[in-house]
Amino acid sequence: MAVVFEKPKSLTDAPLHYCPGCTHGIIHRLVAQAIDELGIEGKTVGVAPVGCAVMAYNYFSCDMVEAAHGRAPAVATGLKRAMPENVIFTYQGDGDLASIGMAETVHSATRNENITVIFVNNAIYGMTGGQMAPTSLPGQVTQTSPYGRDVTTAGFPIRVCEMLATLDGPEYITRVAVNNVKNVKQAQKAIKKAFENQINGKGFSLVEVVSSCPTNWGMTPQDALNWIDEKMIPYYPLGVYKDRSAEKEAE
Amino acid sequence: MSEKVLMKGNEAIAEAAIRAGCLHYFGYPITPQTELAAYMAKRMPKIGGTFLQAESEIAAINMVYGVSSAGKRVMTSSSSPGVSLKQEGISYIAGADLPALIVNVQRGGPGLGGIQPSQSDYFQATKGGGHGDYHLIVLTPASVQEMADLVSLAFDLADKYRMPAMLLADGTMGQMMEPVELPDEAPNMIEKPWAVTGTQMKREHNIVNSLYLVPEELEKTNNERFERYKYIEENEARYESFMMDDAEICVVAFGIAARVSRNAVVEARKQGIKVGMIRPITVWPFPKKPLAEAADKVKSFISVELSMGQMIEDIKLATSCKKPVDLCYRVGGMIPSPEQVLESIKKAAGGNE
Repeated sequence: MAVVFEKPKSLTDAPLHYCPGCTHGIIHRLVAQAIDELGIEGKTVGVAPVGCAVMAYNYFSCDMVEAAHGRAPAVATGLKRAMPENVIFTYQGDGDLASIGMAETVHSATRNENITVIFVNNAIYGMTGGQMAPTSLPGQVTQTSPYGRDVTTAGFPIRVCEMLATLDGPEYITRVAVNNVKNVKQAQKAIKKAFENQINGKGFSLVEVVSSCPTNWGMTPQDALNWIDEKMIPYYPLGVYKDRSAEKEAE
Repeated sequence: MSEKVLMKGNEAIAEAAIRAGCLHYFGYPITPQTELAAYMAKRMPKIGGTFLQAESEIAAINMVYGVSSAGKRVMTSSSSPGVSLKQEGISYIAGADLPALIVNVQRGGPGLGGIQPSQSDYFQATKGGGHGDYHLIVLTPASVQEMADLVSLAFDLADKYRMPAMLLADGTMGQMMEPVELPDEAPNMIEKPWAVTGTQMKREHNIVNSLYLVPEELEKTNNERFERYKYIEENEARYESFMMDDAEICVVAFGIAARVSRNAVVEARKQGIKVGMIRPITVWPFPKKPLAEAADKVKSFISVELSMGQMIEDIKLATSCKKPVDLCYRVGGMIPSPEQVLESIKKAAGGNE
């Protein structure tokens, strides 16, 4: 029988622990596929976050480091400075990257640290059971915003791409989603480009992936994917927010 | 050894680290260790190394974690409030069994405290400092020469035992200038097969990690680490013994407190008091054995500290409280004078007559 679909080689055989309907599996696959296609598994080192993807180090077959909460870009900075020839990526959630690790995110971006950051935004803390995230939407009900996120006391969600795009430092800042085939294809391209940028020495590339959390959103997987279209994308519009090389070429 | 040069303690640490093969430095500005970072900022770009002023102490220690994961020698330096901020990262470094050097040029605390010398981070340095069961190897220089010498030893021990090492200095040691012979031997680099240098598709992936969700596994890693610590306690404790042969009073002091105490011991001897000093060079592992032996000979101990009585607890433990231990101290950036230490010695001598 002809093989028409295979697991990327850069993923191990360990069964993923993610909830049914969670999109982490798709995003892991897209990252691994990019690594496979670029033939860089042997020189890639990934940095796992604290959050749902904390055990990503078991799922990628490249060398892996588990970082403290929010510190992945700092750890990646150390790895890249020590081994400029290697390919270093971080894989982080919204609490990790946009709350506790915001300083590390902003400063690695402004230094144009030559690393690839995969930022999974599902608007909630998944691992700890559904607390309000820096990206939870206004009015969103979570365990710690039981009456809905009240922006007068809890503040507004942070649009990470828009904010980072104001910096002169970073090379490539883009937002994609994985809630339908078309968006997954787009995400696949963006993630590969974020790795290529690093290989070509262009610098800091961040791909925000708008993602779902059926378990903590209290929805069926399908409803959660629909919610991305209805609620998430209107607040977090998809698109390229910064692409320095493309901008230079256009000039 | 190379020629003698006149250097500040902070600069001697920096140059010694470079000579020990440390080509990666991450820090955040804080007094009184600034000369160290400034020296690194000047030197590292010239020798293909990394000097990076991080956005915070927290980021700096996590950059250290990254470089160490890659198997390279790496360091950070700070002073007390900054070292508190690093504790999360230090716990992860210990938990992931990574070597690294952390320099603490201590200043007075707690809180923002002051900028003058202190030894009040003794508990933090010797008992772990962050969360979880772990230790650092803690070396305490008492001269600019030792600042340099202990740096390469710290890197060697950290690599050998796969654990973080700390150089516990203070504002005086960092700021004072003394002639120093810088080491010029090739650094003693060892293989690090655990490092995440990329599989090159030739081996299984390496994972640097401190997470163990299965309690039996986490317990096992803790037990294994403490087996290592036990070996270190038995084999790596370092100290200097001064005029202890016939001593009836034993002064215990490290760093700047030992420099002051030495003068007091010499003066007391002139006055006919049989006093000596044990100067811990490592405060973890603490030199328990010489202190336990001294406890069988001397009448009493004096712990001389720039803290409110921290090391005194380790002295009591090491000596099983066999003999009284007095405390002679100044804090807040103040340093005991030789006269103050001499008074304590005289009091101890008088009290036993």
